[in-house]
Amino acid sequence: MITELIINAFLVTLMMGIAISLLKTRSVIFTVILTSAYSLVAALMFITLDAVDVAFTEASVGAGISTILFLAAMAYLPKEEEKNLNSQFLPALSCIILGAILIWCSYDLPEIGLATAPIHLHIVPDYILGSKNDIGIPNVVTSILASYRGYDTFGETVVVFTAGIAVLALLKNTKTPKYQNKSKFKKKVGKNV
Amino acid sequence: MYKNPILRICTKILFAPIILFGLYVQFHGDFGPGGGFQAGVIVASAFILYSIVFGLREGKKLLPEKINLFLLALGALIYAGVGITSIILGEPFLSYNSLGTNAQSGQHFGILLVEFGVGLTVSNVMISLFNSFAGYELDKG
Repeated sequence: MITELIINAFLVTLMMGIAISLLKTRSVIFTVILTSAYSLVAALMFITLDAVDVAFTEASVGAGISTILFLAAMAYLPKEEEKNLNSQFLPALSCIILGAILIWCSYDLPEIGLATAPIHLHIVPDYILGSKNDIGIPNVVTSILASYRGYDTFGETVVVFTAGIAVLALLKNTKTPKYQNKSKFKKKVGKNV
Repeated sequence: MYKNPILRICTKILFAPIILFGLYVQFHGDFGPGGGFQAGVIVASAFILYSIVFGLREGKKLLPEKINLFLLALGALIYAGVGITSIILGEPFLSYNSLGTNAQSGQHFGILLVEFGVGLTVSNVMISLFNSFAGYELDKG
């Protein structure tokens, strides 16, 4: 119990430290690296909650590939973020009020891992038993993801596919067709005149 | 391309183990943590590492753009195809029971195929995202 508390306090402190330095920094590369570190700490937090699959995804996607993609996209950005001259009072106030409401509401949440929590009583027992009897796969997460919730995962895959196609359509510079390339024509005309 | 021999040799040594780990995560997802999404990202990271160290042109030689785009679409198509197959076999969309000799082996087979489709799409989307970000200026010129 006490070790769990120490680990959680350590992770939360680390997260807060990263978040504050994220707010302070103006350099874009620092922002990218700190976001990656934040994702890594979030992955550690998921591990303490025994959500190994989510932790794995967060570590590989959040801390790994998205950092690389940000770094690849960073070449087209200015090195430093512009300084924000507007007053920060109202945004800070709304953040503090929202955070306070969330913390206040969190007291009504059932304890983590409580077997009688409402979410563990509705459909989860069916999934856990079914994963053993109907599907025969030890990892319940996979059987929910691919079989019970196959539709949702299909939707996710199509979303990833569409995102890839959309970025390709935006960034892919295919050579302009000849009839649209007027600059050459103008040059020729200009020389003759 | 980096001239540093340590980077180049390490990349060559690491390339195969990264892909092997990706395949392990892909096909071991039924028994341990992992699955198509994570495996796709890991496999993509191997190709991206190769592109970073040896240059985008060499990376495109390793995985030509046509094949990349073909596999990108094929993954989603495999997923949809499994769903359509179960309709043809007389069951609702994406219920895998009739794919094997009994319901359980059908479920195993269906989940394996579906996860493979997810892995293909995710890895190729990530590679093509990196290629289009990194090669934006390259294509323009």
